Amino acid sequence: MKVLVPIKRVIDYNVKARVKADNSDVDLANVKMAMNPFCEIAIEEAIRLKEAGTATEVIAVTIGAKAAQEQLRTALALGADKAIHIETDEKLESLHIAKLLAKLVEQEAPELVILGKQSIDSDNNQTGQMLAALTKRGQGTFASKVDINANTVNVTREVDGGLQTVALKLPAIVTTDLRLNEPRYASLPNIMKAKRKPLDVIAADSLGVDLTPRVQLMKVEEPAKRSGGIIVEDVAQLVEKLKTEAKVI
Amino acid sequence: MKTLVIAEHDNGALKPETSKTINAASKLGFDIDVLIAGLNIGAMSEQVAGIEGVTTVLTADNALYQHQLAENMAELVLAIADNYTHIVASATTTGKNFMPRVAALLDVAQVSEIIEVIDSDTFKRPIYAGNAIATVKSLDSKKVITVRASSFDLQNQQSPASINALDTLSDTQLSDFVSVEQTESERPELTAAEVVISGGRGMQNGENFALLNGIADKLGAAIGASRAAVDAGFVPNDMQVGQTGKIVAPNLYIAVGISGAIQHLAGMKDSKVIVAINKDPDAPIFQVADYGLVADLFEVLPQLENAL
Repeated sequence: MKVLVPIKRVIDYNVKARVKADNSDVDLANVKMAMNPFCEIAIEEAIRLKEAGTATEVIAVTIGAKAAQEQLRTALALGADKAIHIETDEKLESLHIAKLLAKLVEQEAPELVILGKQSIDSDNNQTGQMLAALTKRGQGTFASKVDINANTVNVTREVDGGLQTVALKLPAIVTTDLRLNEPRYASLPNIMKAKRKPLDVIAADSLGVDLTPRVQLMKVEEPAKRSGGIIVEDVAQLVEKLKTEAKVI
Repeated sequence: MKTLVIAEHDNGALKPETSKTINAASKLGFDIDVLIAGLNIGAMSEQVAGIEGVTTVLTADNALYQHQLAENMAELVLAIADNYTHIVASATTTGKNFMPRVAALLDVAQVSEIIEVIDSDTFKRPIYAGNAIATVKSLDSKKVITVRASSFDLQNQQSPASINALDTLSDTQLSDFVSVEQTESERPELTAAEVVISGGRGMQNGENFALLNGIADKLGAAIGASRAAVDAGFVPNDMQVGQTGKIVAPNLYIAVGISGAIQHLAGMKDSKVIVAINKDPDAPIFQVADYGLVADLFEVLPQLENAL
C-alpha cells in the first residue's frame, strides 16, 4: 500500500515563541525551525509500515515556502521514498491545507494518509479530520496504535478517560498521538542519500483550490503573566498557607 | 442568528464541559439549541434541558451514535446545520474529533479551543502551546467553534426547556467501534477536579506515583502527570496535563517533581492556586507557583499526607 505523510515546518519545540513588538504575530525571524514533532511520529509510523512489508511506498508532502524543503529532506533521510512540495508563500489555514492535500490524494491515491494530530504553532488540530471529510474517508485521530488488516485498519485512539479502538475501512486517514512510536534519528549516510531522492515541486495555485483567507488574525499578545508567589519553609507552613491564606483546602 | 451546542457526555453521564460550553455559547448572544447524540440518553437530555440559556434540546438517541464516532456525528450535525449560524462544541477528544469534519463538510474554517468570546465573530485562542494568545475573526458566514471548557464557568439551572427527538439517521459505514478501555479510577476526572496533584520526571518511576495517592485521597484530587513523565513511560498518556494533553484549571494544582516546561505550564497555569514541590530552586515551575517548596519530594510527600 502507498502511504502519504503530510508534514509541517514549525518553530523548533525547544524554542520559546516570542510575540512581535507590534502584536501582529509571533516573531519567527532567525528562529530555529524543525519538523513538527507529531509529523515526525507520522513519518516514523509510515516507515515502520514499510519495514514491516505492509507499505510499498512512503511519500512525504509539505505545503509552504521554499524553506520547507529542508523538512522534506529530513523525511527522505528518515526513509520516505519521495517528496512533494506544494509551494506557496501565503499563510494558509487548515481548511486550505486539507483541500490541497485532498487534490494530492486524488492524484496519488494513497490507501493510508498519516498526519500529526496538531502542529505546535497554530495548535488547531484540524487538518487530518478535514482531509478525511473532503476525501469521504474514515478517520482514526490521536492514534496510539495502528493495525493494518486486509481491507480495514484498526486504530487505537487516546481519548479522555482511556483508549478507544475503531475499525476504519481502507483507504483511511490516521492522525498521530505521542505514544504511537518513538521517532528515530536520521543517520549521516541516509542524510547524504536523501539528497538524491526525488522531490517534486507543485505550485499551490495550480491545484485549483480557493485559498482566500477565512479567518483574520487581528492581534497576537503575550499571555497574562502569573506573578510568582512565595517560597515556604516546610510542609507545615505550606499547609497553613493553603488553609488560612489561599483557603483552598 | 442561532447557536447549536453539541453536548459532551460519555454515554452514561453528562460532562461538566457541556455546561461550560453553553456558558461560552451564551456570550455569543443568540438563542441556543443543544444537540445530544448517544444511546439511552433520556436522563442526560433532561439534565441538559435544565441548563440556563438552553432553548431546545435536540436528541439523537440511537445505537448509531453510541460511541459518537466522528463520521456519523459529522453527518448528524450537518443535517441540522442549516438552522444555525454558530456551531459550538467543547474541545475534548470527542469534539476535536468530529468538529473539523463538520467544518470541512460545511466548507468553513474552524476556530479551535477559544478561551474568550469578544463578539459573535471574534475570539481569543492560545497558540504556540499557550505562549501567545491570538485574537482571530472568523470571516465565514457560519462559524464552527470548539471551546476550551476550563476557561469558562458552569451555567446556572433553569426550568426545563423542551426536548425534541430528531429522526435524522445516517450511517456513513466508514468506521466501526471495536472496543474501549476505560482507565479505572475512583478519583474525579482531571478536567473536572477541584484539586489536581501531578507528578513529573522527578517521580523517577511509575511505582512512585503511589506516593501521590494518599494525598489525592485526602484532598479528593485527580492525579495528573507531565509530558516528561508520560514520555518516560511512568504513567499513561491520558494523565498528561499540558498543551498536548489535558488543560486543567482547578482551585488547587500541586506540581510535584515537575520542572515546568512551557508545554506543561500551558495546561495548568490558569489554576487558581499553584503549589510546586521541587528540589531544584531554579526550576521554572516556581515562577508560576503561588507557594513553592524547595525540597526532596520523597521526604515531603509523606509529611504532606500526614499534615492534611
